[in-house]
Amino acid sequence: MDYVIEMLNITKAFPGIIANDDVTLRLRKGEIHALLGENGAGKSTLMSILFGLHQADKGEIKKNGKVVEINNPNDANNLGIGMVHQHFQLVEIFTVLENIILGVEPNKYGFLQKKEAREKLLKLSENYGLQIDLDALIEDIPVGMQQRVEILKMLYRDNEILIFDEPTAVLTPQEIEELMNIMRGFAKEGKSILFITHKLNEIMAVADRCTVLQKGKWKGTVDIKETTKEELSWMMVGRDVKFSVEKESPKIGNVVLSVENVTVKSKESAQDVVKDVSFNVRAGEIVCIAGVEGNGQTELINVITGLEKVSRGKISLNETDITRMSIRNRSKLGISHIPEDRHKHGLVLDYSLEKNLVLQRYWQEGFQKKGFIKKNVVRNYATELISKYDIRSGEGPKTIVRGMSGGNQQKAIIARKLDKECELLVAVQPTRGLDVGAIEFIHERIVNTRDKGKAVLLMSLELDEVMNLSDRILVIYEGEIVGELNPKTTSVEELGLYMAGSKKDKREGDEHAKLKK
Amino acid sequence: MQNSKNNFSASMKKITKSKWLSSFSATLLAISLGLIFGLIVMVVASPTDSFSGFGMMLFGGFSRLGNVFYFATPILMTGLSVGFAFKMGLFNIGASGQYTMGLFFALYVGIMFNLPSGIHWIVCIIAGLIGGMIWGFIPGLLKSLMNVNEVITSIMTNYIGMYLVDMLIRNNGKMFVSSKARTAYIPATAQLPSLGVTDSNVNIAIILATLIAIILYIVLYKTTFGYELMATGHNKHASHYAGINYKRNTILTMVIAGGLSGLGGAFAILAPSNIPGSSMTYEPINIIAANGFNGIAVALLGNSHPIGIIFSSLFISHIQRGGTRASLFGYKPEIIDVVIAVIIYFSAFALVMSSAIGVVIKKRKERKAEAVNTVKEIEEA
Ligand SMILES: Nc1ncnc2c1ncn2[C@@H]1O[C@H](COP(=O)(O)OP(=O)(O)OP(=O)(O)O)[C@@H](O)[C@H]1O
Ligand SMILES: [Mg+2]
Repeated sequence: MDYVIEMLNITKAFPGIIANDDVTLRLRKGEIHALLGENGAGKSTLMSILFGLHQADKGEIKKNGKVVEINNPNDANNLGIGMVHQHFQLVEIFTVLENIILGVEPNKYGFLQKKEAREKLLKLSENYGLQIDLDALIEDIPVGMQQRVEILKMLYRDNEILIFDEPTAVLTPQEIEELMNIMRGFAKEGKSILFITHKLNEIMAVADRCTVLQKGKWKGTVDIKETTKEELSWMMVGRDVKFSVEKESPKIGNVVLSVENVTVKSKESAQDVVKDVSFNVRAGEIVCIAGVEGNGQTELINVITGLEKVSRGKISLNETDITRMSIRNRSKLGISHIPEDRHKHGLVLDYSLEKNLVLQRYWQEGFQKKGFIKKNVVRNYATELISKYDIRSGEGPKTIVRGMSGGNQQKAIIARKLDKECELLVAVQPTRGLDVGAIEFIHERIVNTRDKGKAVLLMSLELDEVMNLSDRILVIYEGEIVGELNPKTTSVEELGLYMAGSKKDKREGDEHAKLKK
Repeated sequence: MQNSKNNFSASMKKITKSKWLSSFSATLLAISLGLIFGLIVMVVASPTDSFSGFGMMLFGGFSRLGNVFYFATPILMTGLSVGFAFKMGLFNIGASGQYTMGLFFALYVGIMFNLPSGIHWIVCIIAGLIGGMIWGFIPGLLKSLMNVNEVITSIMTNYIGMYLVDMLIRNNGKMFVSSKARTAYIPATAQLPSLGVTDSNVNIAIILATLIAIILYIVLYKTTFGYELMATGHNKHASHYAGINYKRNTILTMVIAGGLSGLGGAFAILAPSNIPGSSMTYEPINIIAANGFNGIAVALLGNSHPIGIIFSSLFISHIQRGGTRASLFGYKPEIIDVVIAVIIYFSAFALVMSSAIGVVIKKRKERKAEAVNTVKEIEEA
């Protein structure tokens, strides 16, 4: 057969868990092969084994029919295998070019020959339509571009087998479309692609075949032409999954969050990134801020949660002015926040799961007494959250978070936030990286929070999620709110037009803000 | 029968799995590497006597255990200081200046004040604590207010502290005995109670220092403050986001670290000793206190863990004692210093690099074995 890569009977265990249990995966030349499975099913582990980051305990890997040893990423690279990781592996303070050549620096007598590299890269980026500024620093460029850097890294090394671990989780819909086209182009050229995603639509759109894992075991490999979304999700979770959210019409109460004429200055330039924005979120409704990345929504959320400061305007929660309040006090007043960047803000990766689960409440009476942390209370509380939110890991509350799968890390953050009694829930990309089953569950919980009479402010790049979950959509474009839409009477296309800035409503101040006065 | 065997192997596995053991074995490996390099230096310096000299270095300390404890006390304190700050991600290179400040404050109260015995030495210790705290406060404040790197400010405070102390002493007629170019001796009331071990200078300070290490362990691992501190050390952004007050904690940590070093200085100067010039008096000769820098090595070798630091300070003190006795075999003091430095810093360095060397391979093997075991266990269950 013409398999480029065969991973045969791979078994890999971590303390307390078998991440891959006798898994076999065969990759054809020139195909796009999707890998699907619940959070913690072992997808990243399997791919890390192929890329040489982990070694299998049992089983073998063949390339073009010959058994190969892959002990480290260098071996993988020599075999033409490249990988874009779930969490990017870039040096923040290096330029794009420096990052790409890192490890394979072209040199003459030990001196860097950047010019050669630059020429090759320019050609590559032109050939594949991967636009990039080679001299920008990684820390200054958005995630979508960082991903292009990771892709160019593989191309620069002439890799023929490309592994993408959840590449679309961090991208906007437009960028996803672009990436899928690029992947199709690769496949046409004869490169073979392994593609991990939780989004079934993407698999249906781009993949040739799909292998499903369940709790570390191989569940089946199917031809995409002969399957449906429903069948795939059934194979993966073993039950039917609802793709739309069921919710009753909202019972709207008083204004909980009020944002009045808020302006935020950009950290880099002298320009304002949020311009004189006013809106309200009331008890019992889910309001979504929709917009293309980089239009000020991140900053807007940050000033509400206290991560950034406003330059003008006023923010209040239940009529209390919180504009200059500390994060801890906002949290005490009832703001709960699911952050965008889970590794940066959400977790202390080297702490255990239980310690992370109390990160926002270890100081509360009950969890501590006179400054001493009550270990048993923390342990019991963590165990409860773990079972309630189905957080899967090797060693339960004691697991170090760094070793948990991406989706389960996200679940830990969500569990911590949703479990807290709050007045206002600010959820930024809450379901990023979660499997369909978990998304269904989290959506239920968010709707539940709303039905308990709490206010919910949502930010998501996922248009389906925006349309499904929210009661009201505020579209932000270039730092201004350009439209207020009702998801029931608006189409996705219309929303897209607003987000792209080609449609605008004149808003003479927010009507709800007026109501209050 | 079968059952008890299983139990035994399970409990063995627990022991080998424990994190404590793996970091302990990494430390041993690092120390062995350090010793090998020390031996190499000795062989190069004087091949004939190298093995007997090296033997003395390794074991000579045992016949002077009291003094091993005596000399371990100050570096235990500076080690705790560096290690504590490091838990929050701060590099307290200023231990030396804080140590000198603590020493000066204790000396000042010792010589200038007339207090009844039983109280005098306690007041001196407290003065030393305060001196160190002030000197730790400065870099802490600058870091939290203006985000000035604590490494830079604490290098400066090291020099400022040392010159300031030397100047203050020289200008103080009562403290400074110009004919001897050193300070007067502190009175007996200000000296720490000796533990009464014959032929040694061991005093109550080693007990106090050990108690302080245990308290620090409790603070770090059992309290909310320690939780915040280490969370900040691991991930600054996440802890800021969780509402932890970074600025307050930075100042607090540096003040505590400074206080620990200051206590080290006080313990050193207040100790009653029969080794001339080693305590009770101070020579203002513009030299930065080595005990401060040795604290860095102690902290590295003890993995910044308060309990680990107790042992690493004893080890380093032991090697130093043995080293001084190696001069019996004709090694010049400079060579001995070089060998000691090689052993200390190589061990500490090897530990830091342990992720990059041998240990990785070892761990990988362990992992594999462990994984196979886990598979078996799970399959059995
Ligand atoms: N380095 C590690 N140390 C310990 N356990 C690990 C490690 N890496 C993965 N695991 C465990 O192996 C299991 C599989 O993890 P993996 O990351 O492969 O899942 P995944 O399928 O990629 O999930 P997700 O969709 O959430 O990314 C998880 O339960 C995880 O806790
Ligand atoms: Mg994964």
